[in-house]
Amino acid sequence: MRARSNEPIFWALFGAGGTLAAVLLPSIIVVTGVAGPLGWLGPDAMSHARALAFAQSWFGKLFVFGVISLVFWHAFHRIYHSLHDLGVQRGLGVFKVVSYGLAALATLTTAITLLRIG
Amino acid sequence: MERTAAGVREIEIEVLRYHPERDDEPYFETFRVPFSDDMSVLQGLQFIKDHLDGSLAFRWSCRMAICGSCGLMVDGEPHLSCKTFLRDYHPGKLRIEPLSHLPIERDLIVDQQDFLDKLSEIKPYIVPKDTRSVEDGTFTQTPEELERFKQFSGCINCLLCYAACPQYGLDPRFQGPAILALLHRYNADSRDSARAQRMEIVNAEDGVWGCTLVGYCSEVCPKNVDPAAAVNLNKVNSTIDYFSRFLAPRGAGR
Amino acid sequence: MTRRKPYVRSMDGWWRRNPHFTRYMMREATSIFLALYAGIMLLGLVALADGETAYDTWLRFARHPLSLVLHVIVLAAAVFHSVTWFAVSPKAMPAMRVGGKPMPPGFIIASQYAATAVASIVVVLLAWGP
Repeated sequence: MRARSNEPIFWALFGAGGTLAAVLLPSIIVVTGVAGPLGWLGPDAMSHARALAFAQSWFGKLFVFGVISLVFWHAFHRIYHSLHDLGVQRGLGVFKVVSYGLAALATLTTAITLLRIG
Repeated sequence: MERTAAGVREIEIEVLRYHPERDDEPYFETFRVPFSDDMSVLQGLQFIKDHLDGSLAFRWSCRMAICGSCGLMVDGEPHLSCKTFLRDYHPGKLRIEPLSHLPIERDLIVDQQDFLDKLSEIKPYIVPKDTRSVEDGTFTQTPEELERFKQFSGCINCLLCYAACPQYGLDPRFQGPAILALLHRYNADSRDSARAQRMEIVNAEDGVWGCTLVGYCSEVCPKNVDPAAAVNLNKVNSTIDYFSRFLAPRGAGR
Repeated sequence: MTRRKPYVRSMDGWWRRNPHFTRYMMREATSIFLALYAGIMLLGLVALADGETAYDTWLRFARHPLSLVLHVIVLAAAVFHSVTWFAVSPKAMPAMRVGGKPMPPGFIIASQYAATAVASIVVVLLAWGP
């Protein structure tokens, strides 16, 4: 009797995060990393007040939580599997724990911070 | 391409040699082969064996890309030697090696036993739903039912996809592209009823979850089987299978 | 007594030996940049929660030329991720049929680009400040 793998959990998160990243990240990176800081979207696009208002709205919370946590789950799944591609032996549980542990930590931090914002 | 003094065109073929009875490691040997535009790599090897070195060992049979015997590496890429032509590589030289990721037995011959062992585990045959007698007549299928598995039935077991799969090279416990594609061929066949048993292989760590969608397997397949698709759509099936246990605990068939 | 002595070749440097494999490793490497970006966003979120001073510090770093260069690199990685993700997505989908014929993979890929274009416009419009 072969043992059933638990990969489906992580793969589902990887897939959701990867699709979200593929569709949304390029424009979000342009906004927060280039256009926003350079003032192309107006002088107050990234002001504290505006960012706070966004993070306090239910849509904003959902958006920020979804993007940050799913991108982390996607990235760490890929990073963990790439370790194997680079010659790290499979089955060394420590890498799996660290990779997914960091993703879980990031998810938790995002959720707690969003609740802190109110 | 070079011409000898007599005007005969030649090409250099560098071949990886290995003799288990006397070599510790494989080594390259270069041969100069006269060639014409219609010669395959297989014909080049046959010239070497017939005229230059009778000890050169390689597999071949049908010489028309259907038996799956002649797989090898040409300049680092998996090819069927009967379907690859010397004219596409001149004026440079050709580097011929046995299929990657498989142990070398002698010269260009690899050990296929791992694949054959895996093949016998997946029930590569139709397990009918009910017993049928001759009087019941043949199975019937719609064109749509045929389309669901037909592509995956084209596999000639040539193992080019294993030579293309780095995950198999890194860990041969992985089932690999052809095995999973063949497994899918039977799961997708409306006449078959053994899906649950085969899913056990799919769902394991060495089943579909050993694949990271490098995708090279489907690029090298000479029969357009698309094993990458077979493996990855079964990741979806495996995921559904995994979570549906919790949604329908009674009678979920686990 | 067998005279077989199968030779197993090393996998060292496997991904450097074939351009298909190198391209695959580059695709996998995009995850590092995506994780980095998500980390920068998380830091910004925490700064936002800590108050205006903390957030303005984060914003000052965001406006620094080095940050802009970093984000251009991250953007390149994200675009490469999108292109490679859309290209392989038909492989993970069960065969879908449209009007009795199998859906061509080109259609699946094109519709994802279309969705990305629409989503990008929405994101930019949402972000457009007063």
